[in-house]
Amino acid sequence: MSHSARRLRYVLKRLIQALPIVLAIVIMNFFLLQMAEGDAVDVLAGEAGSATPEYMAELRAKFGLDQPLPVQLAVYLKNVLTFDLGYSFRHEMPVSQLILDRMIPTMLLMVSTIMLAVGFGVLLGLIAATGLNTWRDTAISIFALITYATPLFWVGLMLIVVFSLNLGWFPTSGMENLTMFYEGWDRVIDIAHHLVLPTITLSLFYLALYTRLMRASMLEQYGQDYVTTARAKGVTERRIIFVHVLRNALLPVVTMAGVQVGALIGGSVIVESVFAWPGLGMLAFEALFARDLNLLLGIFLLSALLVVAVNLVVDIIYSSLDPRIEVG
Amino acid sequence: MTRLLDIRGLHVSLPEGAQRPYAVENADFHLDQNEILCVVGESGSGKSLTARAVMGLLPRPHVRVANGQIVFHSEDLATASEPRMREIRGSEISMIFQEPMTALNPVMTIGVQIDEVFRFHEKMSSKERRERALSLLSDVRLPDPEQALKAYPHELSGGQRQRAMIAMALALDPKILIADEPTTALDVTTQAQVLKLIKEMQEAHGTGVLFITHDFGVVADIADRVAVMQNGLVVESGTTDEVLRQPTHPYTQSLIAAVPSLAPRPPRTRSSEVVLEVKHLEKTYRSGGGYFGGKERVVHAARDVTFDLARGETLGIVGESGSGKSTVARCIVRLNDAEAGEILLDGVDLRPLGRAAMRPHRPKIQMVFQDPFASLNPRARVGRIIAQGPILAGANAVTAKKRALELLETVGLDAGAYDRFPHEFSGGQRQRIGVARALALDPEVLVADEPVSALDVSIQAQILQLLDEIRDQMNLSMVFITHDLRVAAQVCDRIAVMRRGEVVEIGPTGMLFEAPRHEYTRELLSAVPGRDWFAAPVEKLAAVSS
Amino acid sequence: MHSFWKRFARNRQALFGLAILGCILIMAATAHLFFPTDPFSLAGQSMSPPGQNGFLLGSDSLGRDVAAGIAHGAKTSLLIGLVATLVAVLIGVIMGALAGYYGGIVDDLLMRTTEMFQTIPSFVFAILLVAIMKPSIESIVIAIAVVSWPAVARLVRGEFLSLRNREFVQACHTIGMSDVRIMLGEILPNCLSPIIVIGSLMVATAILIESGLAFLGLGDPNIMSWGFQVGAGRTLLRSAWWVCTFPGIAILLTVLAINLVGEGLNDALNPRLRERS
Repeated sequence: MSHSARRLRYVLKRLIQALPIVLAIVIMNFFLLQMAEGDAVDVLAGEAGSATPEYMAELRAKFGLDQPLPVQLAVYLKNVLTFDLGYSFRHEMPVSQLILDRMIPTMLLMVSTIMLAVGFGVLLGLIAATGLNTWRDTAISIFALITYATPLFWVGLMLIVVFSLNLGWFPTSGMENLTMFYEGWDRVIDIAHHLVLPTITLSLFYLALYTRLMRASMLEQYGQDYVTTARAKGVTERRIIFVHVLRNALLPVVTMAGVQVGALIGGSVIVESVFAWPGLGMLAFEALFARDLNLLLGIFLLSALLVVAVNLVVDIIYSSLDPRIEVG
Repeated sequence: MTRLLDIRGLHVSLPEGAQRPYAVENADFHLDQNEILCVVGESGSGKSLTARAVMGLLPRPHVRVANGQIVFHSEDLATASEPRMREIRGSEISMIFQEPMTALNPVMTIGVQIDEVFRFHEKMSSKERRERALSLLSDVRLPDPEQALKAYPHELSGGQRQRAMIAMALALDPKILIADEPTTALDVTTQAQVLKLIKEMQEAHGTGVLFITHDFGVVADIADRVAVMQNGLVVESGTTDEVLRQPTHPYTQSLIAAVPSLAPRPPRTRSSEVVLEVKHLEKTYRSGGGYFGGKERVVHAARDVTFDLARGETLGIVGESGSGKSTVARCIVRLNDAEAGEILLDGVDLRPLGRAAMRPHRPKIQMVFQDPFASLNPRARVGRIIAQGPILAGANAVTAKKRALELLETVGLDAGAYDRFPHEFSGGQRQRIGVARALALDPEVLVADEPVSALDVSIQAQILQLLDEIRDQMNLSMVFITHDLRVAAQVCDRIAVMRRGEVVEIGPTGMLFEAPRHEYTRELLSAVPGRDWFAAPVEKLAAVSS
Repeated sequence: MHSFWKRFARNRQALFGLAILGCILIMAATAHLFFPTDPFSLAGQSMSPPGQNGFLLGSDSLGRDVAAGIAHGAKTSLLIGLVATLVAVLIGVIMGALAGYYGGIVDDLLMRTTEMFQTIPSFVFAILLVAIMKPSIESIVIAIAVVSWPAVARLVRGEFLSLRNREFVQACHTIGMSDVRIMLGEILPNCLSPIIVIGSLMVATAILIESGLAFLGLGDPNIMSWGFQVGAGRTLLRSAWWVCTFPGIAILLTVLAINLVGEGLNDALNPRLRERS
């Protein structure tokens, strides 16, 4: 079998393995919905002010809420399959529509955060590990230690106090200046300008995480036998660090980057609500305030699926970095 | 004859708080062109650090050359600069290691790793480098050099990896090759092949080889000269003939005396009472495959294994790694479940018994394990480790303690051991504790799985003797698993040879050694290092016990 | 025990962490002595900057004392962090031990479950759980425990998986010891160190999650907490920076101290190669 065919089969295999997890998440979502006090009809009735019990029973029948649980579950599964996540009565829009609208800003924030956190984390970890016990190492380690302990929302607020309110360098909130009606590159620059503070806020914690991980990983790999072999061959320290050790040391960082995507989505709820960034996290925050559980569950489901997808991608990247993973 | 390396008054210092101030103290020896010098010693003798000092690869700053000279071509390597050492390493002096799996970078192909040697020392086009690498790989007789070039370390077998390491070390035709226990991690037949290869390459290129080993068999096979190290000191050196035939230092004498002889022990009369009968035992391991139709690997760890064990007898099961010998041992004591066959202990078939049904039979068959560091719970006191078997079997705490103290005496430890933790003991002492634990239930059958292979050779002899004594004292029957034919020759009345899950030959030790019937047995026997060297067994045991 | 303390005390960062943690514990224990009134109650002039009108750390728009809030909030944070971690460790150890010890189908089943819980974005899940159960101390503890146990389970499973094949455990099988006894008496004591370490680090994470929930308005409405203080003060960012700043520093110091202590424990409990030397 050719290599590319084997890789394709590996991807398929991982995809199939992810299915039970996706199914389990959907089912759990359904039961969470059941656990929540009151159903859609209660919400509707509440919206309308008053409703007779007869009318509510009629509505329940209409929505299928009087059916036995397994039937409701089957209907729910079918709905999810067709990407029908229910209706948000607050926003008077289908949940799926709402979520799709807010996807782009969140993806923008997440991608820039991952790039910043992983990129700088690897770099700082590398610098700290190669200068073990020098001032560089100490400074980086202390920085990592402190940022690792700082709550996201507080960092966000402090950055606003310093860089927006006092220095006026960056806007306090939003994704773009809607009153200016920018187009083309101007709009891109405007969005990038708004993106700076939220990205830094969300990155800091993960930056600290990857720095510490990379440092530890480098040090561990540096003590391995193959490093001695490379030295015995007369290979320079530079090449030992950047070719031999680095590739091996990156492996746990890649794994961790995948694992942390879920946490990153959680963090974006906080960061988006601090900076009023109009993404999924902000939507979740609004849903929370409006007690719009249907919407909250939709966001939750989607973010879980996103994590599954990202993990899949990370697995595939990992398998190309580590020849020991069997692709066959 | 040209002198390649002259080591004078070498001191390698250890960090403060170590057991002794110097890992290597006042070492004097030299290495000439076209010879193999073996540095022999037990663990902790300083032999490996001597080798690393020559390469300039000591784990600095904690361990460093404190004093002395390492003269190579009138240049002192002990004071040479790091860039100069880098020039020398890989081109003038190169090194191979014990464990080729960890010594090779797991994420780089063999080709790239060999290529580095050329890239850092010579100016050659990439095509030239590739051709040189290919010819090197065929020189060390890797079956498919083209394929090996593209392979990652994990895709090769242990022997192949070591061959690739040798190819890499010899890439630039170095004057000195340092080999640090290069065959210790290999099976005996592979070891024989790799030793032969090193010898051939050395002769073809006139290389001087500094060969570090703990195994006098290997010394006998390949060394021209020998230096013996003990606790950081070179206690004796000379030609192989001198050192092996007329050792002058008492330590060398005791080491050589401790090497078990290949001449089998004198036969004993076999009891007609059969204690254990194993019939048609089958065990397979499956991995891979599953739901996605991948290739399923099936390993037959035991195929139609049949043997019996008489009262008071020791049966050896001998084989290389992967032969299934340990699996058989574990199936007998019911740590693993065999799929088919019978395990008759005193006429009762243990194989189909469930956990509860097995419990009353457990005391009758006990096990001694290989690794003295892993076989004792680090968090439990020795007393508890020994006494908990009898207590579980229903003995009261007082009797169990009394029995445990007796057993400590039997295995040669003092009663003070009872309240101490395993980490306070040496490897040999721990193995004695392991034996005491196994004896605590008064077993009829003792299954010993490589009980001495993790120990230094002098300790090995003591443990073997202990096992011999308790077998006679307690009229035990023993199944003795080992990869070492020397050990087997000394302790076993009969031997079963296993390969790939099958018993290829079984018979009395003397007959099996004198007239092996199966080709594989012959291969194993001829692969034993130093087989023609060591004298008759009777003198040996006398020397050890004195 | 003595040698453990000596190894721990050699680590100056860990001692520093322990000192801060000690101060925070004392603050939590004495909060009702120094600030006997309800921290939600009006204590004086609103929007007072730090050091004025008798407010050490200022007051917020409702005249609540920020310092009193921090002192009482310490109790909440430590309590929730500790209890949630204990619950999570308990669940994690049971799941991990069973999966690692028995392997096979048990392992598959438990680890798929763990994997699912690890896939779910944990903070979003915690938000959801608290929102569904209505905010209260209990619901917050449950939510944090539910999202935290998978890490423990994976760790414990790994330890059990490697220890169950150790020869000393095999030796217990050969003398007919029961599974429960092997798990509790032989294997568990040998993986206590990593469990203690991960547990101590998890307390820090739990405090961060709790403060995040409270910041989003999902704290127990009857109990003062640091996250709530920051959340309530964010609208005053322009006019009263102190309302947000000081509770945030309290969180930072607490989490930092616990992390330092946790790492100190790690170094003291798992010195490399101690086993063989």
